[in-house]
Amino acid sequence: MKECGYSEINTRGTSPMESPHIKKKATVRRKWEVFPGRNKFYCDGRVMMARQTGVFYLTLILILVTSGLFFAFDCPYLAVKITPAIPVIGGILVFFVMGTLLRTSFSDPGVLPRATPDEAADLERQIDVANGSTSGGYRPPPRTKEVVINGQTVKLKYCFTCKIFRPPRASHCSLCDNCVERFDHHCPWVGNCVGKRNYRFFYMFILSLSFLTVFIFAFVITHVILRSQQSGFLNALKDSPASVLEAVVCFFSVWSIVGLSGFHTYLISSNQTTNEDIKGSWSSKRGKENYNPYSYGNIFKNCCAALCGPVNPSLIDRRGFVPADMPQAVSPSNGLTMYGSTQSQSNMCDQDQCIQSTKFVLQAAATPLLQNEPSVTSDELPLPGKTSIHAPCTSLALGQPTPPSSMPNLNSESILTDMIPLKEDLGNHQFLTPDEAPSPPGMLPVNSPVTHSHTMHVLNLVSQDSLHEDSVRGLVKLSSV
Amino acid sequence: MATEMHNLQELRRSASLATKVFIQRDYSDGTMCQFQTKFPTELESRIEKQLFEETVKTLNMYYIEAEKIGGSSYLEGCLACVTAYFIFFCMETHYEKVLKKISKYIQEQNEKIYAPRGLLITDPVERGMRVIEISVYEDRCSSGSSSSGSSSSTSSGGGGGAASRAR
Repeated sequence: MKECGYSEINTRGTSPMESPHIKKKATVRRKWEVFPGRNKFYCDGRVMMARQTGVFYLTLILILVTSGLFFAFDCPYLAVKITPAIPVIGGILVFFVMGTLLRTSFSDPGVLPRATPDEAADLERQIDVANGSTSGGYRPPPRTKEVVINGQTVKLKYCFTCKIFRPPRASHCSLCDNCVERFDHHCPWVGNCVGKRNYRFFYMFILSLSFLTVFIFAFVITHVILRSQQSGFLNALKDSPASVLEAVVCFFSVWSIVGLSGFHTYLISSNQTTNEDIKGSWSSKRGKENYNPYSYGNIFKNCCAALCGPVNPSLIDRRGFVPADMPQAVSPSNGLTMYGSTQSQSNMCDQDQCIQSTKFVLQAAATPLLQNEPSVTSDELPLPGKTSIHAPCTSLALGQPTPPSSMPNLNSESILTDMIPLKEDLGNHQFLTPDEAPSPPGMLPVNSPVTHSHTMHVLNLVSQDSLHEDSVRGLVKLSSV
Repeated sequence: MATEMHNLQELRRSASLATKVFIQRDYSDGTMCQFQTKFPTELESRIEKQLFEETVKTLNMYYIEAEKIGGSSYLEGCLACVTAYFIFFCMETHYEKVLKKISKYIQEQNEKIYAPRGLLITDPVERGMRVIEISVYEDRCSSGSSSSGSSSSTSSGGGGGAASRAR
């Protein structure tokens, strides 16, 4: 009921060029089919994953094969010799691990839907106004917004892809091409981003997986020891060769998994994300007054909020139907060409469909005024002498994008052409997160400890998931020493 | 209900969309979903300040209720965790219940207060909880003066207008 009511609102948004194309298959398209990010969807939109899922299948196979071998070759012996509780506990653990893994991989991490053309145009106007008031000569647009959160100033960056100011803690995942709320990292092992909506699943996954690996490792060793007491070490290995494989897999994975869950326990208790920790956003090294504004100040409360807090709903409505002519569905990742005045103007002209030709004359009379002196228009405009129209009219003069020849718009046009090379640069370096690129050079404080945070920063540039790999590599090295 | 819905659609059909006003999020208390209660100047001639503020405050209250961290949310979280989150397949979360209340409230407000004044609120959840979108409609006959900004592309506007009139 509500859906159909609101879908009507968009009916004016289409331009004559694209309407026949959309109408061809408009009947049963769901929103996931026109989703602008680089994601894969299965089961008619119920399942959502990143595009590259190869490593996810590796994770799946490793867990299933190792625990399968454990149940097939170790559990019968252990159940008889020690207690039947071992396969039961193992079964519960595997069930929990698989449940949380699939939940992490298949759910929406908290993707922020991209701005509608109208919203983007409104933001453009705000940016233009902000720029126009401050810049004397030429200056690149600051495209950041500062908000104060619990007494801490936080910079919101403009996302050129999603055309929004990223909410605090959100970040753009370069692999999935989405802005994700409370972005933690992109995890290839689970084949999805880890963000606001699936962080607790992810945490429970790595926590239960570390219990499972420790559990299997311990009982495989027990099994081998018990057998070698009976018939010698070599015969024991001969009797259950699978145990050797399990022990090797567990031995190498247990360090990284336990380390990772320890790290995330620390993050949860201080209410940080991996992203913030790597950047050192709230590190006291950045300045004495730097603190994490999101922390509740209490380890216990932070943990509860992260693990048992309310579950946010998905904002992208993957299984909703695409309205017959949804403006969002058109050219989703057009980058820079979409924003700016042209888009909103074409929308506006559709909206003003009832303008009769006689009104054009009035307009033509009004436009020179507009072009010469934008500030005067609000006073000069009410040409058709109806008092009731006065206020909407002034609001429009301020609100709508001004004609291309006027000053602010020229300004934005030159900015536009200026930003294009930057964007291309972004395109070439796939791993460079858009989050990093437009940041002004002064983002990192000059006096920050270069050795530590800088290397971490560079690592972060290489890949959002560098921490994963880094910790895994480090721990593997540690374990091989 | 059906007739009221009909009225809303009537409004959309009989009036043309003049502009849209966006109420941005208020982050001063953290990442909780809250909206700014500042009255936008574009709406000054359309609606009383108190009515608008009351709507936004009520919405904010609903969102506080949805994101409240307390006994019931802990219980829900722990229960879900114990069942390895499989319970979410058959249970509606507290947040979703409140969202339903919110969309009901918005529809009610639209019918009672906003539609008669030529305004329509869009549920923030349809805009990614970033903004409250308020569409400002104008009577068709008097909208001639509203097209001040788009004079440069009126020719293409005529085409678009014709297309949607035909529908």
